[in-house]
Amino acid sequence: MSLSTSAPVAATEAVEVPAISIRGLRKTFGSVTAVDHVDIDIANGEFFSMLGPSGSGKTTVLRMIAGFEAPTAGTIRLDGTDVTRSAPFERDVHTVFQDYALFPHMSVLDNVGYGLRVRGLGKKERRERAQQALDKVRLGHLGDRRPSQLSGGQRQRVALARAIVLEPRVLLLDEPLGALDLKLREQMQVELKQLQRDLGITFVFVTHDQEEALTLSDRIAVFDAGRIQQLGSPREIYENPASAYVAGFVGTTNLLDAATSQRLLGVADEHAVRPERLRITDARDTAPAAPGDVRVDATVTETIYLGTGNRVHLRTADGTELVALEQSTGAAAGQEARGDRVTVRFARADVVRLTAAES
Amino acid sequence: MATTDVADARPDQAPAPALRGPVARPGSRLLHRWVWLRLSLLLSAPLAWMLLVYVVALAALLVTSLWSVDSLSSEIDRTWTLDNFRTLLDNEVYRKVALRTVGVAAAVTVIDVAIALPIAFYMAKVASPRVRRMLVVAVLTPLWASYLVKVFAWRVVLSEGGLAEWSHLGSPGYGLTAVVIAQSYIWLPYVILPIFAALERVPDSLLEAAGDLGAPSRMVVRTVVLPLLVPGIVAGAIFSFSLTMGDYITVNIVGGASQMLGNLIFINAGAANNLPLAAAIAMIPIVVMLVLLTAIRRTGALENM
Repeated sequence: MSLSTSAPVAATEAVEVPAISIRGLRKTFGSVTAVDHVDIDIANGEFFSMLGPSGSGKTTVLRMIAGFEAPTAGTIRLDGTDVTRSAPFERDVHTVFQDYALFPHMSVLDNVGYGLRVRGLGKKERRERAQQALDKVRLGHLGDRRPSQLSGGQRQRVALARAIVLEPRVLLLDEPLGALDLKLREQMQVELKQLQRDLGITFVFVTHDQEEALTLSDRIAVFDAGRIQQLGSPREIYENPASAYVAGFVGTTNLLDAATSQRLLGVADEHAVRPERLRITDARDTAPAAPGDVRVDATVTETIYLGTGNRVHLRTADGTELVALEQSTGAAAGQEARGDRVTVRFARADVVRLTAAES
Repeated sequence: MATTDVADARPDQAPAPALRGPVARPGSRLLHRWVWLRLSLLLSAPLAWMLLVYVVALAALLVTSLWSVDSLSSEIDRTWTLDNFRTLLDNEVYRKVALRTVGVAAAVTVIDVAIALPIAFYMAKVASPRVRRMLVVAVLTPLWASYLVKVFAWRVVLSEGGLAEWSHLGSPGYGLTAVVIAQSYIWLPYVILPIFAALERVPDSLLEAAGDLGAPSRMVVRTVVLPLLVPGIVAGAIFSFSLTMGDYITVNIVGGASQMLGNLIFINAGAANNLPLAAAIAMIPIVVMLVLLTAIRRTGALENM
């Protein structure tokens, strides 16, 4: 833009300019702070998810990247260009809306071709390109329909086609699968991932579904109360949650408070251990804990059959609640009944120390 | 109601009503089983009213227009004749007045739609919920005031030596201009409200999506907002057009000598004592509206409703 900023941008280009670079982003609505202290760099071609409960600020960040909301403070750069104050139509990003936002008065083909029409493309080329984009989402045969004549999954694909027809560098997806039923959602997850890989587009994906975020993303930013609580690969987020909040929001977890940790591990810090890492043996198992292992006696309070396994709820003698997940691998699993006294074992290596949650 | 609860009749024998099991309500059961009975009970009164007010009244109008008045005795001659319609076609005055009325109605409609669109857009898409509520009330308030009071207020404003002249805007005097101004004011709420309602149904995300796909505001309005508003605009336009065509009081008060169809009907039904001719003139706006509605239907403008 200006001469003074062009020099450092050129210098970093060798390293690779992030597709999206967000610094010190902050947004307040009246007295409510929706987003605060958000810094993100998203690389080209990355599948980046923003995960959090509703009201955590993730959608507001997305809307600021798209240009629908102006930040209260901070900067947003796309490919190194500051777009913080640019209008939505000046940014090379396109959004797939949660409610799809298809134009009800246009045919599916005209919906997909809208962005091309706005750019002044001729009718013939417009139709050709729109048709290609529709074919990419396997809806080539429905171009003449109205959006109201399509199912939810089909509308979702039209919304995708409408965005990718413009070949954007970055695609913003605001809970795009939220309105679909489970089977369709799983199918669309696979298709989204394939599409992203084929097109090489950067995806910024907003979701409140931790499983969706884990399975799709290259990296995840976990949001709570307008701030990023942790940013990392799905594996890092799941295996090494930074805080009790992240551990609890991403997957289920057994939180061990300081007192329990002191008893079991000899360290007075908060810890977490995933349910699938707990092993249950019956009460006759009196063998002491192997080195590097933790052993604790407990009572089964509930067992829930999950199909793929059992979820066993336990309470230790000192009242700590634990959840164990047993895969149904054979006859041995799933023998516990409510009220059984059992022994729970887990490896120390599977226990994650949590840093105190900042507030 | 009396038949529904046996326990009511003998309270001493059934102290507590049963909480479990089916409830005995013979009347409701009858209605549940017989759909036609349910429908006829629901619709008979409104249907009878519609029949009386619309169909019978319109038929009476049509029949009356085919009669004539004996010029000597001033009594209605109930023999079928098309003389009234022949008069309308042959006499240039009627053609002129009909055209003038349609012209005024069209002008009022264009002005009202032009004013209503930005107001409705501001109300539905820009204003905060609080301001929106206040604006809805502000739009509705004039409807609660007496029609006559409003028209006389305009007479005071527009007349020579009135507020318009006094504030150096210049007085249009009594005439068609004054009629158009006063009518535009009076029917404006009827145009704003349907457009506002149509706009409220357009999700914000549609406007954002258009901007996101590269459309600047003006293009968003042209390609997304306006097409979706057509049903609302048509509804509002039908209101202002038909109400203007039928009005004669405003014309009398601020229009001076310039006559519209309503005035001709009024004069013929009253002073001239020619009810059949008045009925025939009244058929003109009805025919115009029918033609207009058919034309609007043909364009397919109402299919996105």
